[in-house]
Amino acid sequence: MSAQTSPLADAYPHRHLLGIEGLQPHEILALLDRAEAAVEISRQVEKKKAVLRGRTQINLFFEASTRTQSSFEIAGKRLGADVMNMSVSSSSVKKGETLIDTAATLNAMHPDIIVVRHHAAGAVHLLAQKVGCSVINAGDGAHEHPTQALLDALTIRRHKGKIARLTVAICGDILHSRVARSNIILLNALGARVKVVAPSTLLPNGIRQMGVEVCAKMREGLADADIVMMLRLQRERMAGAFIPSVREYFRYYGLDAEKLSAAKPDALVMHPGPMNRGVEIDPEIADGPQSLIREQVEMGVAVRMAVLEALSAHLPNR
Amino acid sequence: MARETAQPPILLTNARVIDPARRLDAAGAVLVADGVIVAAGPEALNQGAPEGATVIDLDGAIAAPGLVDMDVTVGEPGAEHRETLASASLAAAAGGITTIVTSPDTDPIIDDPALVDFVLRRARDTACVRVHPMAALTKRLAGEEMSEIGLLREAGAVAFSNGNHSITHSGVMRRLMTYARDFDALVVHHTEDPDLSGTGVMNEGLNASWKGLPSTPREAEIIMLERDLRLAKLTGGRYHARSLSCTDSVEALARAKAAGLDVTAGISINHLTLNENDIGPYRTFFKMAPPLRSEDERRAMVAALADGTIDVIVSAHDPQDVETKRHPFAEAADGAIGLETLLSAGLRLVHSGDVDLMTLLAAMTCNPANRLGLPVGRLSAGAPADIVVFDPDRPWVLDKTKIRSRSKNTPFEDARFTGKVLQTMVAGRLLPS
Repeated sequence: MSAQTSPLADAYPHRHLLGIEGLQPHEILALLDRAEAAVEISRQVEKKKAVLRGRTQINLFFEASTRTQSSFEIAGKRLGADVMNMSVSSSSVKKGETLIDTAATLNAMHPDIIVVRHHAAGAVHLLAQKVGCSVINAGDGAHEHPTQALLDALTIRRHKGKIARLTVAICGDILHSRVARSNIILLNALGARVKVVAPSTLLPNGIRQMGVEVCAKMREGLADADIVMMLRLQRERMAGAFIPSVREYFRYYGLDAEKLSAAKPDALVMHPGPMNRGVEIDPEIADGPQSLIREQVEMGVAVRMAVLEALSAHLPNR
Repeated sequence: MARETAQPPILLTNARVIDPARRLDAAGAVLVADGVIVAAGPEALNQGAPEGATVIDLDGAIAAPGLVDMDVTVGEPGAEHRETLASASLAAAAGGITTIVTSPDTDPIIDDPALVDFVLRRARDTACVRVHPMAALTKRLAGEEMSEIGLLREAGAVAFSNGNHSITHSGVMRRLMTYARDFDALVVHHTEDPDLSGTGVMNEGLNASWKGLPSTPREAEIIMLERDLRLAKLTGGRYHARSLSCTDSVEALARAKAAGLDVTAGISINHLTLNENDIGPYRTFFKMAPPLRSEDERRAMVAALADGTIDVIVSAHDPQDVETKRHPFAEAADGAIGLETLLSAGLRLVHSGDVDLMTLLAAMTCNPANRLGLPVGRLSAGAPADIVVFDPDRPWVLDKTKIRSRSKNTPFEDARFTGKVLQTMVAGRLLPS
């Protein structure tokens, strides 16, 4: 193995990507650097590379996702892998097949990489223990969504030239957000100042010890911000329980021009999607000049190509 | 438990005899005949071995009353693949436990006198330790209608419990405690406000927040306990909190005891020896209710055991198999097995200097026996000859493949212990070890 290792393999010495937690800053930066190259590949006419030729990638999604699943699919295909999408609807889970059963079944088909999204925190860790291939976490419950944090970092770095010493405000449902957790870890690892803004019912216990400044008011939270990251509000489980109503939420926590004016004049706006226009973000802002939301999608493919390539360097029989 | 047949007397010599009921800790012997203790302690040395007695030299090991575990879940009836009364009793015997008190949440739920009778008869025919069933406090454990406390008690229910389900309706709880008082029945209650704990699966705090797991605040336990203690005062009922985990609960309990209420509390060995950090990367064998708390809370609970505020240590034995445990953390069942490791895990507290051996053993012998009104848990003359012999300093490692319980969900897999059970005697009969 050692004779064959590539620089990327040396820079990313892990078999899986289960979370940002546990990654060293230089490992994160190596993935971002590789993703920069992948951006260029994706902008060419000839987008196909042979890094994963002959490899099988399974996208195993226990939770519906259009954007993340297609992003992983395109990333895998551009690297030459055979990609299979498997959406496990909640109904077939209810038939009695457990996550472990599914993992064992898939494992017997000798995939090289499994990309997993699951509604329960820790499910991807559990699956990684039971299969023989590399596993990428595409979101597990409210725990982590590492490729989202990486694509956010790549997007920020391409516009601001750095991550360190930037002020990033993360706004919205921090409590249920895996995107928030992965971003808090990554941004802290790379030296950014992180602020979170949310009603207290949507903040996890102990948030002040998670390496962030906590603000209850949007204008206060957005002050000095270089980046404003909005989170999706899961409306179906919100109304009446965590917040009184969607319109009250938009009034106090929805991003509009007035609130955004508290941030730095050159502040940029991000959102992991899919957006609820008029709930957490004003359409004018979402589609306005400060928005990076479209570009985040492009960076998503690039980052996932970089991650797949990094893991492929550790696959057996290479 | 098999019936006793005539057998020669047994003299355990060269023993360190500890009988917490008498605060006795002295070199001596234990003489057993016809299933009861004849003498135990230094005085047993003077009597010598009677004619035809079997003499066993303990070589300085401790002889103490067999342990009484008042929180054991068994899969019989209904989930025999997880644990039968027979397999639970073998596990208990291996852990030096000679009396187990079983939880009513089986399938069917033990809320009918015929089912109490079933458990007692199955135990008589298949189990090698004493088994005393608890009956359901409410029908179907639904927390609504009172079960037949008088008839169930007459059938042999040793106490009344609502299993893992707390009774949220304060009016129902009040009437239960009032009615149970007339039958001198002990009410054992799981103290967790289900509305406050919600979907929580681990202790609320930074650890759960990073893991992205829904969490249970300490207040879910404290509020339920404080309500119960007020109802104990109102009704004068006999009340036992099943398993506490929080400092504030201990304070509330201490106040109630100081006010003269007939209240006691237990704690699981897990909450005395483990904390939330043991969950590590979502290890479901550490998922239990109440959830494992912080190290600060654990230390406070150990102190509450040492000062006597907490009365009873239980194994909280709850066998679960891969079908219920091999899931993502939030979807896995609660519970851990604990019969075989109860004493060895408890000895960690003695070796760390936090609890003295007498207090530890009292919480596993005479305290639960007294609370349940059982004659076991002591080595006084005439008491049932239930004895555990153990070496408090012998090191061993728990090998998962040697677990006697049918289920293997132990939080102590590969754990190193100091102190091992050598022999267990029930009703004057040495069990194969």
